[in-house]
Amino acid sequence: MIWLEKRPQPSRFFAYVTPLLAVLATFLFGGLLFAALGKDPVQSIVTIFWEPLFGEFAFYYRPQLLIKGAPLVLIAIGLSLGFKAGIWNIGAEGQYIMGALFGAGMGLAFYPAESVLIFPAMVLAGAFGGWIWAMIPALLKVRFGTNEILVSLMLVYVAEQFLASMSLGLLKNPEGFGFPGSRNLQQYDSAHNAEIIAGSGMHWGVVAALIAVIFAYVLLARHRLGFAVRVTGEAPRAARFAGVNPSRLILFCLGTSGMLAGLAGLFEVAGPAGQVSIDFNVGYGFTAIIVAFLGRLHPVGIVLAGLLMALTYIGGDIAQSQLGLPAAAIQVFQGMLLFFLLALDLFTNYRLRFGRAETV
Amino acid sequence: MDLSVINPILLIAALMSAATPILLAATGELVVERAGVLNLGVEGMMILGAICGFAIAVETGSPLTGFLAAAAGGALLSLLFALLTQVALANQVASGLALTLFGLGLSALLGQGYVGVKPPRMPDINFGFLTDIPITGPILFSHDPVLYFGLLLVAAVWATLKFTRVGLILRAVGENHDAAHALGYKVVRIRTLAIMFGGACAGMGGAYISLIRVPQWTEGMTAGVGWIALALVVFASWKPWRVLLGAYLFGGITQLQLNLQGAGVAIPVEYLAMSPYIITIVVLVILSADKSAAPGSLGRTFHASH
Amino acid sequence: MKLTTLLASAAVALGLAGGAYADGHEKTKVGFVFVGPIGDGGWTYEHNKGRLAVEEALGDAVETVYVENVAEGPDSERVMTQMALDGADLIFTTSFGYMDPTINIAKKFPDVKFEHATGYKRADNVSTYSARFYEGRAIQGHIAGKMTKSNIIGYIGSYPIPEVIRGINSAFIHAQKVNPDVEFRIVWAYTWFDPAKEADAAKVLIEQGADVVLQHTDSTAPQAAAQEAGNVVTFGQASDMGQYAPFPRVSSIIDDWAPYYIARTKAVMDGTWESTDTWDGIGPGMVGIGEISDAVPADVKEEALAMKAAIADGSYHPFTGPLKKQDGSDWLADGEVADDGTLAGMNFYVEGLTGEIPQ
Repeated sequence: MIWLEKRPQPSRFFAYVTPLLAVLATFLFGGLLFAALGKDPVQSIVTIFWEPLFGEFAFYYRPQLLIKGAPLVLIAIGLSLGFKAGIWNIGAEGQYIMGALFGAGMGLAFYPAESVLIFPAMVLAGAFGGWIWAMIPALLKVRFGTNEILVSLMLVYVAEQFLASMSLGLLKNPEGFGFPGSRNLQQYDSAHNAEIIAGSGMHWGVVAALIAVIFAYVLLARHRLGFAVRVTGEAPRAARFAGVNPSRLILFCLGTSGMLAGLAGLFEVAGPAGQVSIDFNVGYGFTAIIVAFLGRLHPVGIVLAGLLMALTYIGGDIAQSQLGLPAAAIQVFQGMLLFFLLALDLFTNYRLRFGRAETV
Repeated sequence: MDLSVINPILLIAALMSAATPILLAATGELVVERAGVLNLGVEGMMILGAICGFAIAVETGSPLTGFLAAAAGGALLSLLFALLTQVALANQVASGLALTLFGLGLSALLGQGYVGVKPPRMPDINFGFLTDIPITGPILFSHDPVLYFGLLLVAAVWATLKFTRVGLILRAVGENHDAAHALGYKVVRIRTLAIMFGGACAGMGGAYISLIRVPQWTEGMTAGVGWIALALVVFASWKPWRVLLGAYLFGGITQLQLNLQGAGVAIPVEYLAMSPYIITIVVLVILSADKSAAPGSLGRTFHASH
Repeated sequence: MKLTTLLASAAVALGLAGGAYADGHEKTKVGFVFVGPIGDGGWTYEHNKGRLAVEEALGDAVETVYVENVAEGPDSERVMTQMALDGADLIFTTSFGYMDPTINIAKKFPDVKFEHATGYKRADNVSTYSARFYEGRAIQGHIAGKMTKSNIIGYIGSYPIPEVIRGINSAFIHAQKVNPDVEFRIVWAYTWFDPAKEADAAKVLIEQGADVVLQHTDSTAPQAAAQEAGNVVTFGQASDMGQYAPFPRVSSIIDDWAPYYIARTKAVMDGTWESTDTWDGIGPGMVGIGEISDAVPADVKEEALAMKAAIADGSYHPFTGPLKKQDGSDWLADGEVADDGTLAGMNFYVEGLTGEIPQ
């Protein structure tokens, strides 16, 4: 008889070891999958995990990790605050889109004027766009008690239609021969979120993500608001006694996550992506939910999880091209990695016991 | 603009068919959530059901066998979720999302040989003269068997939850797993069965798209229906008949907006395309007077030695 | 045994070296960046068929690589860079949204040739290519105008972009020419890919009386809906959709990238590659017309084939005046032919179409 016994305290040892075990298990099962597809399993896994970090062209891929990881981390940090408090914003994708639209709209409104004030104004507009979009589920929840999961999710689809409408209409590049999509902000100096040091992958979005991580860390560890977040998630009734105002907390959590998602959208549209287009959003808002949980809702964990996800995307694309692995196999591989990371986390909080169980 | 071209009878008949995949998946998810488990992997289970159903229907020539295979495929994938969340006690939200990622990838791998293949067609049920009755004939008696199965399923789930011991136990587990456990119910086993039921329903919902609605196989063809199904369960405040209402409402608005476009109504198309989602939110606000809450243990991890 | 194997492979290697590898260069490496999965049965599926045709035609002299499901934006830049770093000589980027990324990366790799589909920005090492699908639409319009009995033709569009609007105009002009009473009902799906929504759109159009449905979306959903309705004519899109022939699918427009891909790869091999702007139609074979089935009356089929031949040899242009815009203003005078610039950015309906283009 094997049973699980809850540890009095999460094991520090296993907190560090289980991710490694999960990666090893993924190597094993992923390798089997690749072998079943007729590819060399070792080479496949080396390509995905080693090539981007230490391969011949790592000088190029390492900065790409920041570009791919920054929006994930920025969004996930915001989401983690709400998730900790039991407030479920799963519409970050929509807030990301609205941030990009507001921010890009602000920048394009000044085109072609050049001023150092334009980019800061865009940042504010992007944050506002994400924030206002998140305020819809927040206010509806506070005022009517509607479920924020549903409202925030529905607003993703609304935002997607709005994005299409803007790409085809108001924000369409007047010099684009009628094709959809806005002007490219990369070619508009005042609005361009360029790399701070060329070739480093460091753009303002990466900086913002780092600031958000530190901010969240301090907030959760030191600030009263962080205490309110934690206690609400763990014991809602106790939170009331502790004087936490649930409405204000909802507005704060949804507002912050919306704002950060909006910022992620703005930095993306003004930098790496460059323009508003129908297919601008690529699912960062949804992937960030996974990142938040993989990082155990802890700011540092989220950074690591974000970089790990980014690594599998980048390495996966390399494996597709070099080894002819189908994209679907990469997706399955990512799914496996997540499964193992989630499943083995068990040993952080529980230990296996062998022998006869007492009365359970 | 010519509104007379819109035939309300055909509109209703069409929305019933359009709503069926969402209805099947949402009904399954409702049972899962009533047992206290939040499985966000509906989209992944649907797409896997879509390819399992498609492949088996093509290989055997029988759409019915296809639907059974779809149910099996969805249930099998959901078993993975059960393993993660019930045995390994992993977080349900993250596990569900990972399940969707996994299901999308796996279905694409399985479906590589089925692009461009035409599946066998499932015939509509022959109701004889009933089909020819004006108005009610086309609405009630002109569909395929799976659509009626969906309606029966809603009724069965409703009756089971409300009147049977099984339903009572399921709800007890969902409301308070510790109390249910203290009463001697096998929480993990019951939840695992509920999860598999949800997986089977989602799988059939997916197969309805690949075998009846579209019918063809392409990667990612469920295109987000699973998420709508998830939202509908919340919309329905975990009540089966409201799932039906919600699915028809959602399907109906989508149909209506396409009809209005065809009739040349001068509302900007993108706003029409948004309308199903906005109206769902509005209805939710209106329904918010009803304070029936989510199952008490929804999404929380259960461990027996608490 | 061992010796003979060795010799045989050496001979093969030498034989190849005498041909394509005269300059000592190894295999020519061709990369493809795809926006969707190769199993989408439509746009990416056809581009991938082109890729396979390159492999088949040029055999061991080429190596092709591809990455599917590449999002437009930074992901596509990364994938292109990666292909270039890995030694690709030629890279095809097959979605409009890859335009600026392609230009960006091409600047960094001046020795690598790039080919961008459907865009308008070029550079010394960036060509563009696109297909004149509207030529096929003209033939469809002709058949549709002749075959409709209800005089209502349904049209499923994805997004209101020039490519789609051009197709609607071309089909309408030729349907109206043979049937002045014809009316187009247009439904915009506002998605590139959602088969269930396409099915809904087709059913709605059929319910509203359309007995011909044209589609500018890639799934077979409208075909199935038409087959169920029984008396509705459809046309295959992107691929032949021959599984629905001879009825409801009576013909089709097929994307055929193979000849172009093979020619451009050869050009890189023998060093004759130059930056060009290719907009090919039926003539060079980039737009294929699927077999017109027997469900189409013989005389109509003959007319359609005659039109196809005339378009192919350049004696007929689908946009030939006199033509007016929807608002009644003059567009093309009698005998005047539309210029490519106007066609490329087409954002207006021709006279006779009802409704507005969503903006």
